Amino acid sequence: MSLVINDLHVDVLTEEGPKQILKGVNLTINPGEVHAIMGPNGSGKSTLAYALAGHPKYQITSGTVTLDGTELNELAVHERARAGLFLAMQYPVEVPGVSVANFLRTAKTAIDGEAPKVRTWVKEVNGAMSDLGLDPSFSSRSLNEGFSGGEKKRAEIVQLQLLQPKYAVLDETDSGLDIDALRVVADGVNRFTAQGDRGVLLITHYTRILNYIKPDFVHVYVDGRVVDEGGSELAESLEVTGYDAYVAASRAHA
Amino acid sequence: MTVTEAPNVAGAIETIESHLHPKPSFDLADHPVPTGREEVWRFTPLHRIGALLGEGPDAGAVAVEVEAPDGVRVETAVRGQSPRGDVLVPGDRTAALADSAAAEATVVRILANAELAEPVRIHLTGTDASARSARVHVIVAEPHSKATVVLRHTGSAQVLENVEIDVRDGANLTVVSLQNWDDDALHAGEQTARVGRDATYRHVNVTFGGSVVRLHTNLYYEGTGGDAELFGLYFADAGQHLEHRLFVDHNAPHTRSNVDYRGALQGKGAHSVWVGDVLIRKVAEGIETYESNKNLVLTEGARADSVPNLEIETGEIAGAGHSSTTGRFDDEHLFYLTSRGIDPVEARRLVVMGFFVDIIRRIGVDDVEAGLIAEVERELAAATVGAAPAASVEE
Repeated sequence: MSLVINDLHVDVLTEEGPKQILKGVNLTINPGEVHAIMGPNGSGKSTLAYALAGHPKYQITSGTVTLDGTELNELAVHERARAGLFLAMQYPVEVPGVSVANFLRTAKTAIDGEAPKVRTWVKEVNGAMSDLGLDPSFSSRSLNEGFSGGEKKRAEIVQLQLLQPKYAVLDETDSGLDIDALRVVADGVNRFTAQGDRGVLLITHYTRILNYIKPDFVHVYVDGRVVDEGGSELAESLEVTGYDAYVAASRAHA
Repeated sequence: MTVTEAPNVAGAIETIESHLHPKPSFDLADHPVPTGREEVWRFTPLHRIGALLGEGPDAGAVAVEVEAPDGVRVETAVRGQSPRGDVLVPGDRTAALADSAAAEATVVRILANAELAEPVRIHLTGTDASARSARVHVIVAEPHSKATVVLRHTGSAQVLENVEIDVRDGANLTVVSLQNWDDDALHAGEQTARVGRDATYRHVNVTFGGSVVRLHTNLYYEGTGGDAELFGLYFADAGQHLEHRLFVDHNAPHTRSNVDYRGALQGKGAHSVWVGDVLIRKVAEGIETYESNKNLVLTEGARADSVPNLEIETGEIAGAGHSSTTGRFDDEHLFYLTSRGIDPVEARRLVVMGFFVDIIRRIGVDDVEAGLIAEVERELAAATVGAAPAASVEE
């Protein structure tokens, strides 16, 4: 039982045609593990996140992804979510006219295959909002519409808490957050992992969030490949050295 | 039934001529066959409505049935017989044709001080898609009455229809006009209301059916303190042309109007037109008006035209504004919602329902609201047949 990414090659579809971004990614995330993927801009971190979730612009050209034995490649976006995958997005989309409350209930129903219990659900939603420092009035607002950058990220973690996936991919959830918001969001992620049987793939550009969320493994990405791997100590050394050496080495190889 | 001769009302109603709203007239000679270059016709596919533009008799292709609760009197009126012609003077050729060909108008009179327990329902059923019908309905809400009137258009025909609505002092009237035509119906309509002193008027247009539907919704006041809300919902599918033209004439001080129209479009050749004109006359001090049109384009190949116009002749007003937005339901919305386990059909439903629900909730007639929700569901279900699968990419 794990999320297994095997020799994944992914193209992004651009106006000029497909462009290869991921050039053979291997990664296994076991329940209870937190993996951090770090890398400079353009290294393919977000591509990995979108490809896992099934965004139509990102096409898997070879390799496989399996979630607890279920192959995700051929599944539609909503089927991947129902299989237990969650993507906290870097830029959550504003959906006018759809209230947060209605959206959350619909998503919960879709994931669980049955409607949540009326009696406890509202309490649960309000509890998750309050855990993430969002006023309960957010429930009645249109999804992400007019939310500040930080509010959108908090709302993503509210969803994580309520939908309870098996594996969560957090795509630069830390970017654009002030230190208070970062703590609140990190606490939310830590509550999720504290359950012991959930896997997290934390994609980040900065080491800052790793002061609050301790990764079990760190993978460094450059140009669509893993160039270095290690424990949380690798993040600490990256804090000092940065990505320059990796980028230079990658260019020398190419 | 008392019969009174109407005065020459065309002369009695003050009118301002402009390219946005040509001078109203009962005389067909004042309304030449449009060429398509006129401001008021430039969006309309004239080649598809030739059947509505020529002179001709009423072929009786629309059956009328009125369900009226206590407190309502149903009458008829011939041309020139009040209350017919008291409020509506035809604003374009199709309205003039409707009036000249409709021998008898149906008059629904809500009696003074009556508060109706149930809506008045006027069922209009098209019985022949290749035959033309001309209809005139007159709704009079006498002083201090409170009522809802639902006009439900179903079936198919080539329809010319005028609805004149007289909201007398202190009355509270809601008119809901449902255009649930079959796919091949043609409908040109004018619905004009006169809102009396301290009267409250709500008009709701709901246009889902028909091949070409072109509706004028007009409004003016007969005293201070009139309050009017004009709501609209439309859903244009492939090949449908749905056109709503509004004209709010603030001809009295301290009156209020609010226009809110929302439309969804899907499919190749789906076309909606919304034109909202608000005229604030010199005399209309202290008025307040806002008009809004929002469109939601669900697929490629659909087109929404939206034109708000404000003509302001006095600066002494409480407020005036308008907005027009056209949004797209695109791959990113779909991806976000489906990434939370919501299937693509449900995602579309969420967004469209969310878009329409504010207006639907304001109708206030339970079975109409429920019917509308079912109708939106039906439109959405139809849209997914043959729609691109979620995983496909359009470049």
